[in-house]
Amino acid sequence: MNTQVRELQVTPIPTTAEGPSTVGSGAVWGFARSVGARLLPWLVPVALVVFWQVASSLGWLSTRVLPAPVDVVKAFWTLTLSGELWTHVKVSAGRALAGLAIGGGLGLVLGLLSGSVRFFETLLDSSIQMARNIPALALIPLVILWFGIDESAKLFLIAVSVFFPIYLNTFHGIRNVDLQLIEMGRTYGLSRWQLYREVILPGALSSILVGLRFSLGLMWVILIVAETISAQAGIGYLTMNAREFLQTDIVLVGILLYALLGKLADVFARGLEQWWLRWHPGYQKKAA
Amino acid sequence: MSDTTTSHSPRGVKLEARGLSKRYGTRDVLRNTHLKIEPGEFIAIVGRSGCGKSTLLRLVAGLEAATAGTLSTDGKAVNGLHDDTRIMFQEARLLPWRRVLDNVALGLPRDQRRRGREVLAQVGLAERENEWPARLSGGQRQRVALARALVHQPRLLLLDEPLGALDALTRIEMHRLIEGLWQQHRFTALLVTHDVQEAVALADRVILIEDGRIALDQRIDLARPRSQGDPAFAAIEKRILDRVLQKPDAADATPTDDAPHWPGPPAHGLRWAV
Repeated sequence: MNTQVRELQVTPIPTTAEGPSTVGSGAVWGFARSVGARLLPWLVPVALVVFWQVASSLGWLSTRVLPAPVDVVKAFWTLTLSGELWTHVKVSAGRALAGLAIGGGLGLVLGLLSGSVRFFETLLDSSIQMARNIPALALIPLVILWFGIDESAKLFLIAVSVFFPIYLNTFHGIRNVDLQLIEMGRTYGLSRWQLYREVILPGALSSILVGLRFSLGLMWVILIVAETISAQAGIGYLTMNAREFLQTDIVLVGILLYALLGKLADVFARGLEQWWLRWHPGYQKKAA
Repeated sequence: MSDTTTSHSPRGVKLEARGLSKRYGTRDVLRNTHLKIEPGEFIAIVGRSGCGKSTLLRLVAGLEAATAGTLSTDGKAVNGLHDDTRIMFQEARLLPWRRVLDNVALGLPRDQRRRGREVLAQVGLAERENEWPARLSGGQRQRVALARALVHQPRLLLLDEPLGALDALTRIEMHRLIEGLWQQHRFTALLVTHDVQEAVALADRVILIEDGRIALDQRIDLARPRSQGDPAFAAIEKRILDRVLQKPDAADATPTDDAPHWPGPPAHGLRWAV
C-alpha cells in the first residue's frame, strides 16, 4: 500500500495494462527517467559488488582477505540447507530477546514506578543515574568472574545495557505527560487506574518507544561482543569458529546476519511506532 | 435524551459563595466574595487578566480549595471534584490518542457510548466520530470538548474562556450552539471570559471581578437570541466595557433606562476588555 502510493506519485504513467499504443514517446522517455531515478541510488553498491566479484575472480583479491560475493552467497546457501544457519540465528536471537525482556522489562517497570511515584524517584533515580555512566562492556572482566563464560554472563551484559535507555525514556515520558490532560481526566471523574491507562501511559508511549529503539541498537552491539568472548553456539560462535579455519566466506555470512537481524529489529520497532502512534500527526504522513 | 432533561425541570444547581477568599502565598487573588446563582442561570464573569475570575471558577470546580469562606451547591458544601460539575477549558484538552467518539465517551460506562453519539450529533459532528483530534479544526475540537462535557449531563457547566482561541465567526457559531444546548438541558452555566460582547450575548447576569472583588453584577434582560446589532445590546456592552476600563463617570452618565435611546459607538474596536 505504502509503496504503491509512492510509485503512483513518481510515475504518472499508467502501466502497460493501458496498452503501449496510447503512450507517446515522451511518456516512454518520462517513464524511463523515473525508473532511472529510482535505480540511481543502487548504482554505487551494485557497481561495488560487481567490482569486488571481478577482482576476486581475477585473483587481485585474496580469498583470505575477502571472499568473492558468489562464495558468500554459496556459503549462506549451504549453511541454510544444513540447518546450521537457523540453529545459530535461533540461539543468538534468543539470547538477545531474553536479555531485552529482562533488562527492558525491569527498565520499564522501574521507569514507570519512579516516574509516577515520588517516593521511588527519590529512592532510585539518583543511583540509576550514577550507574548508567558505567559502560556495560567495562563490566566484562567482572561478569566473567561472577558468571563464568556461559549463557548467564551474556544475558547479564545485554540486560544491563538495554535497561538504561528504556528506564530513562520511560521516566522522561511519564514526567512529560501534559498536566492539563491529567487535570482534565481528574475533573471528568476518571479513577486512578483509568487515568493511568487512558492518559498517562499513552502520553508516555512515544518516549518509551524511543527508548526501545535505542535499546535494540545497543542490544545487537553487546550481543556481538558477548558472543565473541566465548560461546558454544550462536552467530558469534559461527564466525569465531570460521576464523580459526580461515573460512572468510562464513565470517562474512555472520556479519551480514548481524546486520540483517539489526535491521529487522529496527523495522519491527518502527512498525510498533506507526501502529501505536497512528494518532500522532508526525506519524500519520507516512501512513497516509 | 430530551425527555430525561425536560422531565425534572430544575436541572441546574443553585450555587452560593459566602465570604470566599483565596490566597496564593501573600497574594490575595479572591477576597471575601459573596455570590448567589439560581438554578439554570447563565452567569458570565468578566474582568482583566489576573483579576481572579479563573480562580473563582477553579474553586467552584473543586480543583482548588478556598483559603476562607464557604462554597455550596444546592446547600451542600463543595469540597473536591464533583460529579455534577463539568468544565470546558480554554484548550479543548482532547486526548490525541483517542478518536473523537472515544474522547466524548471518556469516563462513561461502555453501555452508554450511544449517548456519546447522540451528543456528538447535537454539536454537529456526528460524521466525524472516527476522526483523530489532530485532524479537527480549533472550533471542531471545542465542539467535541463541549459534547464531552454534556454527555455526563452536568447540572453545572463551567466554561473557562473556552472560545478565547477561536476566530470571530466560529465564536459566534459557538455562542449559538452553547445557548441552544443550555436552553435545552437547563444546566447552570458559569462562563469566564474577557470578551464583554460574548458575556452580554450569552449571560443572564454579567459579573465583573476587579482586584479579587465583585465590582459589578449586571442583569441582562434582552430577549434571546440576542443580536449584536441591537442598540440596547451595544449600550449594555458599552456600559460594562467602560466600567471594566475604569471609567465610572461614563457608566453613571448613562443609566440603564436611557440605554436603548443611546445608539453608542460601534463597539467592535473595543470588544476586548484586556
